[in-house]
Amino acid sequence: MPQIAQLLETYASQIFWLLITFGIIYFGIARMMLPKVEAAVDARNKKIAEDLAAAEAARAAAEMLETGGDSALNAARAEAQAKSNAAKATAAKATEKSLADADAQIATKLAAAEMSLSAATASAMASVESVATGATADIVAKVSGIAVTPAAAAMAVKMVMANG
Amino acid sequence: MASESGKIDPMYQFEIKPLFELNLAGYDISFTNSSLFMMIVLGAIWLFMAGGMKQAIVPGRWQMAVEGVSGFINNMMSSSIGPEGKKYVPFVFSLFMFILVANFMGMMPFGIVPGLHGFTVTSHFTVTGILAIMSFGIVLVVGFWKHGLHFFSLFVPHGTPWWLLWLIPAIELFSFLVRPFSLALRLFVAMMAGHVLMKVLAGFVINGLNAEALWVTPVVALPSFILMIGITMLELLVCAIQAYVFALLTSLYINDAVNLH
Repeated sequence: MPQIAQLLETYASQIFWLLITFGIIYFGIARMMLPKVEAAVDARNKKIAEDLAAAEAARAAAEMLETGGDSALNAARAEAQAKSNAAKATAAKATEKSLADADAQIATKLAAAEMSLSAATASAMASVESVATGATADIVAKVSGIAVTPAAAAMAVKMVMANG
Repeated sequence: MASESGKIDPMYQFEIKPLFELNLAGYDISFTNSSLFMMIVLGAIWLFMAGGMKQAIVPGRWQMAVEGVSGFINNMMSSSIGPEGKKYVPFVFSLFMFILVANFMGMMPFGIVPGLHGFTVTSHFTVTGILAIMSFGIVLVVGFWKHGLHFFSLFVPHGTPWWLLWLIPAIELFSFLVRPFSLALRLFVAMMAGHVLMKVLAGFVINGLNAEALWVTPVVALPSFILMIGITMLELLVCAIQAYVFALLTSLYINDAVNLH
């Protein structure tokens, strides 16, 4: 077993070269190069975390904008609704008013027509009465030879018409 | 003929041969094939790390691999120690990478090039012992630095009944002192046993093919070859598992030192 057989002649060389190589690995590689590798990993993790945070912020902003847009849309819709309601109301009012005007006009025309009708009726009645009075006096004179005063004839006609 | 080819020595692969003779204050510190493989391991780790240093926000495959290893060690340290474990990441990373790459380098088929011989750095307990002593030493230094003599309370777990106070600390102290040996021997034995097994099976394959009796090839060489494929896969798994176990146990021991019980 050379490990034991050669121990005394080789131990110094083994220890010496092991310490040199291991020292170079420790001080030259593990303490100089390794931290840079770790720094790169840390930088990457930091960058990823930052990017994720930025993306999250952007998402939140987009969400806020979306809700803002929704509310603007709702406001515009409400405004349009109000405007159309108002327009409808004014239109209805105008219609009502013109309707009322027309009604009033019709009513006055109706009243005037009624009045002229009743006047015409009255004058017609009056003329019928005077004709009847004359006729009554003529009939009486012809039948009985009694001259009847127009006043009496008118009285008689009035009595008959009132009963009639 | 057969007796000559039967001389495949499964232990020869662990032999250390000096490449350049060097002396320092009376100590023989020759640059050996073991030192060469340590340097190869160092170069491979450096190459691997250097390829992943682009620090790109969107990583390529190589950078992903490097960051995967670094994240693996980071996770292990923060899960077994907590936020304070960050300080010990470089040390455990060095341990893990050195052991992992050394194990894998030992599995590389350098032997198919004539004249080259593979070598597994971690199959020598001198090497695994130094690594274990380093991780044990860090535990001691951190423990006494942070807690002073209070560190000895590690040997009295919470809820120890008073009438066991004479026994439990002794057991705890023993298990604590055994840690560097178990760390070192586990890695060394796993690597050496695997390589010996592979070499023995390879010897069966080669000697079986060279045997004069014709029945030996299908009966011995072929099953050995199939078994060796499986054992090689298993060894690759063991390479990774041993590196992981060493790093994980070191992190747990450091946790003892940092947080006591």
